[in-house]
This record gives sequence, structure tokens and C-alpha cells, in this order.
Amino acid sequence: MMSANIYAHEFRTRLRSVIIWSLAVMAIVFYFSFFSVFADQAALMNQMLERFPPQLRAAFGLDAMDLSTVLGFYSFIFLFVQLCLAIQAGNYGFGLVSIEESELTADFLLSKPVSRTQVLTSKLLAALTSLTITNLIVWVSSFVAISLFRGDREYDTRTLLLLLLSIVIFQLFFLSVGLVISVLVKRVRSVTPYSLGLGFGAYVLSAFSGILGDVKLELITPFKHLDPARIVRDGAYDTPLVLINVTVSVIALAASYWLYVRRDIPAVS
Amino acid sequence: MSVIEVANLTKYYGKARGIVDVSFSEEEGEIFGFIGPNGAGKSTTIRLLLSLIHPTSGSARVFGKDVVAHGPEIRRDIGYLPSEVYYYEGMKVIDLLKYSASFYHRDCTRRIRELSETMELEMHRRISDLSYGNKKKVGIVQGLLHSPRLLFLDEPTSGLDPLMQRRFFDLIREENARGVTIFFSSHILGEVQRLCSRVGIIREGSIVEISDIRTLQQNNYKKVRVTADGLNVASFDLPGATNVQAENGTVHFFFKGDINTVLQRLNGIRVEDVTIEEPTLEEIFMHYYE
Repeated sequence: MMSANIYAHEFRTRLRSVIIWSLAVMAIVFYFSFFSVFADQAALMNQMLERFPPQLRAAFGLDAMDLSTVLGFYSFIFLFVQLCLAIQAGNYGFGLVSIEESELTADFLLSKPVSRTQVLTSKLLAALTSLTITNLIVWVSSFVAISLFRGDREYDTRTLLLLLLSIVIFQLFFLSVGLVISVLVKRVRSVTPYSLGLGFGAYVLSAFSGILGDVKLELITPFKHLDPARIVRDGAYDTPLVLINVTVSVIALAASYWLYVRRDIPAVS
Repeated sequence: MSVIEVANLTKYYGKARGIVDVSFSEEEGEIFGFIGPNGAGKSTTIRLLLSLIHPTSGSARVFGKDVVAHGPEIRRDIGYLPSEVYYYEGMKVIDLLKYSASFYHRDCTRRIRELSETMELEMHRRISDLSYGNKKKVGIVQGLLHSPRLLFLDEPTSGLDPLMQRRFFDLIREENARGVTIFFSSHILGEVQRLCSRVGIIREGSIVEISDIRTLQQNNYKKVRVTADGLNVASFDLPGATNVQAENGTVHFFFKGDINTVLQRLNGIRVEDVTIEEPTLEEIFMHYYE
């Protein structure tokens, strides 16, 4: 079902990007070092926040967060980690097969004795491996940052695990949705605008959903499906929303296989 | 045994015509020339046979197996040199060739060395640093390294200098002598005539003729152009001369038949200039199929 040589080639091609993204999310996680400042001046902080327009607080999920607690502060940071992960996973999804087509190497690969299914499976597994590396970096740096900078404040490890476990679901969504869009359109000329659009688009939808208090928007954006503030507040996932998220990913993946096997590879024109 | 059997193969890209109702077959060990102007459907046909694209209707079999159902299996024994060569820009030549070889379950190391020596290919340069001609050489080595039984060559000589073209043709003849079947697509009539035993001519997506190369050559027109004082259309009133036209003391016409009759006629004229050349494919099309 999968070809080791394609997997290795794909993984190597993406290695630099994985390192850069991993360093970026690590840097964001280490913003947690400011926690003691926030925590010590919680009263002042909350006063300041109250002066912010309520829409703005809603947009950043600050209305549901208590920045003076370990996980409250961490979940604020986690939102930006999610944004990075969304763009990264979207990038890999959009580029998975479309880069070969826009750089015209698809003819080389697909004239080899491998099936389209094998090609797609190998590529998907390689991308998942890459995303898992970044995922692990988030795990490790989160534990390190929290244990270094939490001071004498306690936190619920189980809730932190819930947050960290949500990453893989979150990545899979953007990977598979990016992929299915890329095989639905005739040609993806450049991957970055698409992945930025998808990542920021989903984020902005979630922010607007906070501002307008509109429930329906929660249904379509992973930033709501796996809202860090809510996970910390409830100490649990919102199961129906997570199910929607996983279902969309699975359907997108299945559709991608169906479309890719039947796809006409565009020629040089 | 037929290596390629194409039956009523049709491909539309949406509403745009690719090929329409194409049928032909190629026997084992043959060098089949596939000629036609750009955009006639040559690449479309090859890409269908490789399952890079899927037919709208009709069918194609390679090694007796349907190309849509048995693609991966068929491609084990196929080598493909595309008309435009594009490879992973960041890779070194040797790494690309090794990657290519890794798809075939046999040791290709020796063949890679032989081929790259013949084509004078530098193995440790980056693909992105290569000129077009050098990329084409990578394409040739890549297409041959696994000793395929069937070779698809799509406009293979573009970008190669004359010396390399000759080495390439020698290479193709060697492969053919070992029993390899070759499907040679080109818009240059001359190179097809040099190499192929049988040709198919495709125009605007349809096969207009499939014939033996000898028959085609016997029927071939020459384009004659003579400049001399006092010439007129009547000066070349010869059997076999068609489309005779005169302008400013130059007469040009197409000629089919024994070229000596033209030379004898020229003997009596004091010419300023004379050319006798192969007509372009377009001109052949115009005069063959009017």
C-alpha cells in the first residue's frame, strides 16, 4: 500500500520546513515565560482587560480565560500555536500532490510502476510523520516551559494532556481539507496563499463567532471545535464538535483518494 | 505479438479536443514513428498509454493488458522520456537517478554508469544548475536505466546538440537491436525517417495515415526553388511538378517522382540559386491531404 522510497523522498523534501515550523511553535510556547509577570499582577491585568472592548476580548477568547492560572495563560498562547499548526498542516495538505503538478515532476513520479493510491498513501504518511515531529516539539516544549515558569502554582495535568492531544486532530483537519481542495481545483499555482487563507480564514471565523455570539459558525471552524479556552474551562472536549471535526477530516481524505485516482495530470502547456 | 494496441481511443479535456478515435498497433521490436505538428495529440496519446490521463472513450492495451486497470504492472517495463523534462530542482543528478532506480526491483547501478558515460552526463551537479540540453540527458538516462521493454520517446531530440543527437540515435538503435520496442513521437520528419520502420501521422487529433516508411518516402515530395533570369511557370512544366508558382524571377514548386528529370531541366538554365529540400510537415499535410 505504501512505497518506502516515496515516503523517504517526501520526508526529506519537507525536513527543512518541519524544522522551521517546529522552532516557530517552540518560540511561541516559550512565551509562557511571561506567566509569572501576568500571574503576580493578575488584579492589574484583569482591570486592564476590562477596559478592552468586549468584542476584542471575545475575539481572543479572553472572556473565557483567566490569565492568572497556569492553563488559562497557556491556553491563550496555545491559540497562536494552533494558528501556526493550521497553516503548516494546510501547507502540507495543499502541496501534497499539487507541488509535483505545478513543478511538473508528476510525470516523472506517475510514470513509475506505482499506483496513485500508493503514491497518495506514501505522501500522506510522510506528511503525517512531519506533522507529528512538530506535534512532539509542542508537547516537549510545553512541559518544559510550564515546569520552568509556573512558579508555585498548580495545574491539572489531565487538562493539559487534553489540549496537547487535540493537536493531532487539529492537524489532520487542515491536512486533509487542504488536500481535498487541491484535488478539487484544476491547478494550484502557489501553495502559500491557499494555506494562509484556510488557516487565517478558519481563525477569523472563530473570532467573529466570538464577537457575534453566533452559534452556527462553531460548526465549521476547528478553532471552535477545539477551542483551548473552552477545553480548559470545562476540562473536557465538546464531543459533538470534535466529532464534526473528525468526520470532515475523514470525508475529505476519502474524497481525496477518490479524486486523485481519477485525476488527469495536467501537462506542460 | 502486439506490444501496443489502441482501439478507438478518444480524449477530450472538457470540451477541448485531445485525440479522437485513434486506433493503431505496434509490434514487438518495432520502431514506430508518431509524427504530427505541435498540438496534434502526440503527447496526449503517450500520456494516455502511461495512465497519466484517463480516456474519454475507447481503450488501450500495452503488453496485452488494459492501461487503466493494470497501470503499475505495465509501467514496470516502460521507459518514458517526456518532451519537456522537469525534475526535482534541489536534487543532484545522481540522487535523482538513484530515486528513479529505486522504483524498479533490480540493480541499475551499472546501467546508470554506462548511460551517463555515453551521454557525458555530470552526476554530481544539481538539477537546478543544468542547462536544458543537460536536463534532457538526465531524462534519457532516467528513461533507460531500468532496461525497459518498451520506450516512449516524446520529441526526444529537442535541446540536444548534433553530436548528442547522434549518440542518442545510436543508443536507441542498440536498445532496439536487443529487442526493445520503441514509440517515437516527433514533428521532425527527417529523424523519423532515419530511425523508424513504420509511421503514423496524426493531425488535429486524428490519425490520417499509417504506413511503411518506404511507401512514405516514395510518395515524398521535394520542395524545389530556382532563381534565374527569364523563368516562368511554363519553365517547369514537368510531370510530377505541382503548385508551380513564379515571383520576381524565382520559381518554386513541389515535385514528386524521379528527381533527375528536374536536374536535367536545370541543366539547360543558367541558375543564380537553387534549393531542393524536404517539405515541412505542414506542407506535406497540405499536399497529401488536400
